Amino acid sequence: MSASHQRLEMLGISKRFGSVQANYLVNLSVTAGEVVGLLGENGAGKSTLMNILYGLHRPDAGAIFLDGVQIDVSSPAVARVYGIGMVHQHFMLVQNHTVAENIALALSDAPAWNPVPFARAKIEEFGGRYGLKIDPAARISDLSAGEQQRVELLKALMGGAKWLVLDEPTSVLTPREADELFILLKRMTGEGHGIIFISHKLDEVLAITDRVVVLRHGRPAGECRTKDADQASLARLMIGRQIDKPSITNLTVPGDPVLEVSGLSSAGSRGPLTVNGASLTVRGGEIVGIAGISGNGQRELLETIAGSRPASAGTIRLCGTDITCYDVRARTAAGLAFVPEDRLHTGTVPSFSLVENAILRDAHRELFSRHGFLDNAKARERSERLISEYEVAAPDSDTPLRTLSGGNIQKFLLGRELDAAPKLLLAAHPTYGVDIAAAAVIHRVILERKSAGAAILLVSEDLDELLALSDRIGVMFRGELRVMFPREKVTRERIGLLMGGAPATSEELRC
Amino acid sequence: MLTSKWRLEALSHPSSVRVGTTMVLSILAGLSLGCLLFLVMGVSPVTAMTKIAAGSFGSWYGFKETLTKAVPLTLIGAGLAICFRARIWNIGAEGQLLFGAVAATWVGLGVGQHLPGWLGIAAMFGAGAFAGGIWAAVPAFMRVRWGVNEAVSSLLLNYVAAEFVQFLIYGPWKGKTQFGFPYSDDLPNALWLPTFYGSRLSWFPLVLAGAAVVLLTVISTKTRFGYDVRVVGESPEAAAYAGIPFGRTVFSIMFLSGTLAGIAGAIEIAGVHHHLTYPWSISSGYGFTAILTAFLARLNPGWTWFSAILFGGLLVGGDVIQTSLGLPFATVNIFNGLVLIAILAGEFMIGHRLVRIQHPGDSR
Repeated sequence: MSASHQRLEMLGISKRFGSVQANYLVNLSVTAGEVVGLLGENGAGKSTLMNILYGLHRPDAGAIFLDGVQIDVSSPAVARVYGIGMVHQHFMLVQNHTVAENIALALSDAPAWNPVPFARAKIEEFGGRYGLKIDPAARISDLSAGEQQRVELLKALMGGAKWLVLDEPTSVLTPREADELFILLKRMTGEGHGIIFISHKLDEVLAITDRVVVLRHGRPAGECRTKDADQASLARLMIGRQIDKPSITNLTVPGDPVLEVSGLSSAGSRGPLTVNGASLTVRGGEIVGIAGISGNGQRELLETIAGSRPASAGTIRLCGTDITCYDVRARTAAGLAFVPEDRLHTGTVPSFSLVENAILRDAHRELFSRHGFLDNAKARERSERLISEYEVAAPDSDTPLRTLSGGNIQKFLLGRELDAAPKLLLAAHPTYGVDIAAAAVIHRVILERKSAGAAILLVSEDLDELLALSDRIGVMFRGELRVMFPREKVTRERIGLLMGGAPATSEELRC
Repeated sequence: MLTSKWRLEALSHPSSVRVGTTMVLSILAGLSLGCLLFLVMGVSPVTAMTKIAAGSFGSWYGFKETLTKAVPLTLIGAGLAICFRARIWNIGAEGQLLFGAVAATWVGLGVGQHLPGWLGIAAMFGAGAFAGGIWAAVPAFMRVRWGVNEAVSSLLLNYVAAEFVQFLIYGPWKGKTQFGFPYSDDLPNALWLPTFYGSRLSWFPLVLAGAAVVLLTVISTKTRFGYDVRVVGESPEAAAYAGIPFGRTVFSIMFLSGTLAGIAGAIEIAGVHHHLTYPWSISSGYGFTAILTAFLARLNPGWTWFSAILFGGLLVGGDVIQTSLGLPFATVNIFNGLVLIAILAGEFMIGHRLVRIQHPGDSR
């Protein structure tokens, strides 16, 4: 058992995937009782490095050492033997089993017959030691994301993990749940665990870590003690230069209502309403932001407005016309554009070329097809235009879209949707997982459209983004669009509480 | 110390050279496996292979037989290639073919004799196409309306169609001039497709198959409908987002592929048998073999003629060794099966490759 080990090191790690150098000569070490932040943009090589540590990939060069002795981590099972545990961003839990059943599944020493009482006892033992309160009989599907994460942590701890890798652990949490996680992490370091905390959020890294290792394009960009760092210095290391925050100019006076939604409901795939009686108005030249933890109906709200999901009640009006009964194409023709949450499989077809993707929503239009035959020249023209106008880095228009980076795919997708100068733009997580430079372009483009008079409905989990861009902000919780605040009348903390289900005050409801 | 391991790696864009060589190599590998089988059976592999080659491609007669079988395989395979592109699994081409044959016979025996020959033939083919389309539309409708898995429903409808044919030939359609055999009456001579001398091959089905290949290639690469089909197949979510009508698209491609299978059925009646007979005689499994035809053509309708000729040759070659070497029918089936497995394995190896990975310092 590895409980007495004091130091885990990765030295000179390099890994190449095809033409992409995911890691190059990266060093990372963690000692018992320490939280190390692994900071970098999406695509900087953080996940690759951690997958190597957890035995999911083999490095091309470099090695892993435990207290100075080289170890060969050839699989996750071997990693666990060495006391290395991982909590993935997406939980690996059986949704309709209970907590105890899930834990029993993961425990190798659980009896084969009726393992649940054994798991239950273990849950109580470990839960008490780390202050992890969790009901062993609760069904996973009834738990919040934060609670599910605690189950994953318990699983790792019970498996004997001394070294814990947490991959973007706060991305699914409310601010309050994140605070609770931080308290728990402190307690675990007190028990002698070493933690690697992966994130691209600077404030969290500053709040929780003792030391920070920064990766950029797969290479080590710097390492420092957290108390010697600040947001600006870390950001510089992470992106290599200064990026200006989008400066909002609230000069545009909102015009006439463009989108009017009233009492909109939509049935989910699992029965209950995923959108329940939502009402909102977005005016021309206005950005309305919707905050909420993922899975509370924001995605479905946008899909219902865009027409790809049927409405079960309510009305949608676009520039005064009732479009509730319009199909997707009619809504697009009426001036509605939509950047969906899943840009790779919904917003685009990854195996198609850029030319083919450029007309995904317009292939049926006179502009791009004649008598049923596609006009390839027109499609190519649009693709080339999008590449130059939106600074899309692509070798040419015939490359399959999936070979582009997330940021470039997003710029291409956003550009395509804006190409016909829509009156209304629905955008879900426009900068999620996008590198900072591309995010800056995307923010600039959205603000340009706003000043050009378009109405924009923006869904994001990134509160900073919402607060920076929106004129008004609403919060969705369990399918209900509750309050709607003018931006200057609300704080980040208050939104965080409402996202977590805190009741709105009567004053807020009048807002 | 260096250790190494073999590992499979997925290839996203296999080159055309790689596709071609892998295909040829896997077909050769399948034939070699077949040689082993003949050895086990106590037959000289050289003799068996020579017979197969001579019987299917080595003589004019054999080649015409091969083409006779390749025609329905091409027609059906091209339609299925489009279906499978859209991830719509039409496994019911066999039944669609039989239904097309029934309708063609019905028209031929009913109104056909009162029409001039070419018009009667046109009516037969029209009826066959329509009936095949309808038989495919049933599972399409159930899929779109109630979400019933089309692979299962279309497969089961094969058996319904086969039983229906048997019912007809033993019952109401049993021919008065067939000496008690369970065949329908023969079509009037004017409705027999003229064949090349000494074979069962005629030019009309060849032209139809060629036209179908060209037409489907154009549809799938140049038209909006083909574009919609590919989007539906690649990502149903993207199709919903783009407003591509899923139901209408599924319905159209199923109907289209059923139509082609129905035409194949009409060809078997007008060109080969001239009456309705046992379901296994009318089709000899074309509806199923065409699934493999479509996959060997890599779901590219433009290449189905090529894989159809190959499979046609295999079927004919199998018949030849069965009769000339006195091998049991099961041997032929096993032989065909071995070649198929090799081709499918080749299909996998096109998309993957073995790489040797070395780890420095794995010693402990």
